[in-house]
Amino acid sequence: MNIIEVKNLEFEYQSYDDSGNVNGATKVLKGINLKIPKGQFAAILGHNGCGKSTLAKHLNGILTGTKGKVYINGIDTEDEDRIFDIRQTVGMVFQNPDNQLVATVVEEDVAFAPENLGVPPAEIRRRVDEALKTVSMYEYREHSPHQLSGGQKQRVAIAGILAMQPECIVLDEPTAMLDPKGRKEVMDTIKLLNSRGVTIVLITHYMEEAAQAQRVIVMDDGVIAMDDVPHRVFSQVERMKGYALDVPQVTELMYELNKSGVKISTEVLDENEAVPAILSLSPKKGACPSEKAPQAAKKEKKEIVAEVRDLVYKYSVGSPFESTAVDHVSVAIEKGSFVGVIGHTGSGKSTLIQHLNGLLKPTEGQVLINGRDIWEKDADLRSVRFMAGLVFQYSEHQLFEETVFKDIAYGPKNMGLSDEDVKERVISAARSMGLSDELLERSPFDLSGGQKRRAALAGVIAMQPEILILDEPAAGLDPKGRDKVLEEIHEYHEKSGTTILLVSHSMEDIVKYADKVLVMNRGRLFCYEDTDEVFRRAREIRQVGLDIPQITKLDHLLEQENVLLGEDIYTVGRAKERLMQLL
Amino acid sequence: MLKDITIGQFFPGDSVIHRMDSRFKIILEIVYVVMLFVASNFYGLAIAGVFMLSAFMVSGIKLKMMLKSLKPILPIIIFTAVLNILFIKGDGEPLVQFWVISIYGEGLTTSAFMIVRIIFLIVGMSLLTYTTSPIVLTDAIESLLSPLKKLHFPVHELAMMMTIALRFIPTLIEETDKIMMAQKARGANLDSGGIIKRAKALVPILIPLFISAFKRANELATAMECRCYRGGEGRTRLRKLKATRLDFYMTGLTLCTFGFVIINNIVFG
Repeated sequence: MNIIEVKNLEFEYQSYDDSGNVNGATKVLKGINLKIPKGQFAAILGHNGCGKSTLAKHLNGILTGTKGKVYINGIDTEDEDRIFDIRQTVGMVFQNPDNQLVATVVEEDVAFAPENLGVPPAEIRRRVDEALKTVSMYEYREHSPHQLSGGQKQRVAIAGILAMQPECIVLDEPTAMLDPKGRKEVMDTIKLLNSRGVTIVLITHYMEEAAQAQRVIVMDDGVIAMDDVPHRVFSQVERMKGYALDVPQVTELMYELNKSGVKISTEVLDENEAVPAILSLSPKKGACPSEKAPQAAKKEKKEIVAEVRDLVYKYSVGSPFESTAVDHVSVAIEKGSFVGVIGHTGSGKSTLIQHLNGLLKPTEGQVLINGRDIWEKDADLRSVRFMAGLVFQYSEHQLFEETVFKDIAYGPKNMGLSDEDVKERVISAARSMGLSDELLERSPFDLSGGQKRRAALAGVIAMQPEILILDEPAAGLDPKGRDKVLEEIHEYHEKSGTTILLVSHSMEDIVKYADKVLVMNRGRLFCYEDTDEVFRRAREIRQVGLDIPQITKLDHLLEQENVLLGEDIYTVGRAKERLMQLL
Repeated sequence: MLKDITIGQFFPGDSVIHRMDSRFKIILEIVYVVMLFVASNFYGLAIAGVFMLSAFMVSGIKLKMMLKSLKPILPIIIFTAVLNILFIKGDGEPLVQFWVISIYGEGLTTSAFMIVRIIFLIVGMSLLTYTTSPIVLTDAIESLLSPLKKLHFPVHELAMMMTIALRFIPTLIEETDKIMMAQKARGANLDSGGIIKRAKALVPILIPLFISAFKRANELATAMECRCYRGGEGRTRLRKLKATRLDFYMTGLTLCTFGFVIINNIVFG
């Protein structure tokens, strides 16, 4: 029995001009046919703008198609009299954890849906307790939402849907705004629910999540482009790239090997599956191909642009809530380097970087920019902010002006520059972030998500800081958006020589471009070394709980089989190169 | 920083006061306030004060918290005191006289009376918010106002609005903090300059905040619809407000105290 049936669904948005007249229509869904059987775990994968979120909203009647039909357990979603039956059967969880929680206490929020359905109080109590226990949030039932982490809030949102006892849950990019820990919590909950018979439709652009589903549906430009089990979808590497989607690193490795004439299956999703496939090629054992020699003698003295000496930062000093966020950290950043900063949520990395532009004052220790202590008497803090440009997470939230031009000009204007200088800087910054000139006159709020992000970045780049600090600049973006932002930052670094500090949760993003990696763990500096060196210590990093690239995990597993690729494997390219030498 | 602002902080507990039906708490609170204003002399105030302080002791809320509730209105207290002392004139000779200022005995007593009354008022009201969670308070208000539904007064909608506002206050405060830091990182100067300059400096903070708030409202509305929200019709509640004997005892106690205050008025004037 199919719980969801979509027949020839089309949907278009109408656009209006300033006087409210319809001046065009954008077709977002161009004829979708889909059947989802009861109990299935299906993932809908696609880049931003392909229509997947729009499709999701049709599955419980929030939107109805301009053509075609959607049936939930046989009920037409256009049947207004039965809309609540439909919404009870198919629950929906959204991307932003905060904007789904309506009550001031967790259990009151979970009770919201059954209350709306007129369920008797004793039964509501039973359902709320059961739902919270299922998502492992029962101990938090009397907490208020703002005390919870992102992953916890999402689980409460899921519990809120479970209290309606739905047969199916549709989740629209539920982990996009969460850190790796939160993402794992939500994915574990989803898999648990599916194992208990709840049909799951997961909309995502993270391939690691889609790979865990039973069925992957790829959408592109308003139609379904692929619909199969994960192995057969991801193995078509070329096609996936054409749809602006990622494939797992090991899958890409297999694909690259095939391109060079090696006959090996690409139906491999993780490192465990990759090992037997590689071993079947009988690679040379024991011999380690030319690895890059540890760069011992390279140290020519480079100028230090930013430094912290024995830095300590404590929150709520003197109160019972005192906590040390940064614990005696000393680091010297060389001019022109590209440093990746990685660490758990709570490792102190965000606190550390906020010292570099003077937003936070150290409890102990010193912060030096260009050799000068920024907190010494008579130091001008505002000028420090122009030297060390800091871009926060979800930087598009800082956009406020009428035009993109004016917004990017905000920083330079605050510096007191002349109008011509400001104009020059705005145009140059916009171009370096890949924003076309004609976007400058548009309202920042008319831009796409990725464009807004780059406009916000341009706003800080326009100040031409000596050191640019970026806190997760790719957070929440789809693979295409993420690649574009990181590529633009990389190019900016190459062209201008500005020192870059890039904070991220994703080791894979950092190692693509960084020449040094700074690892924070529980407020302390775990290590600060050249990228190659850091990977020689990859096992230690894994023990600290940070995730290493999939290809590095493969390297470690192959090592156990005496197939030695080297200690510095962190990109697919290098892995392929070394492996080819052993075949 | 901004997180330290709490609106009517709630301290969970198991005391008799905590366990009362909140509707009765609100009504008795109103009776107490009336009591304070009906009392015509210090004895009357004292009766009301003892009643309120015993309630505080029973509730288990620390004395420090009680005094903390007075902090924001300290300027008002001082202002009222000064005004009364300087401007109330009585019969007979002033106690102190220099230049234009004359201070009479009546001024001092009236001033003291008003101060004590204000203090008892604020502390008494804080007892309500300290012992009742915001959501229960909203439920109680919704319940008390429900007869107005017959007059087409949007009682449920009002209560829903209050709940959502309370829910989002800490979230919005956190967001304001983040936006402020982001704009400061771009050179925003929020701490100096005259009134007009400072107001202008707030624009880069307020606009993103409003836009974000509207976006939140939109998303929240969709999420509520997905959970079958359709207004107040046919809604049940997880927690039902139930009056118990405890509430009737407390009502009796309060009315007795009120009675004493009135008797005191009649006897002592």
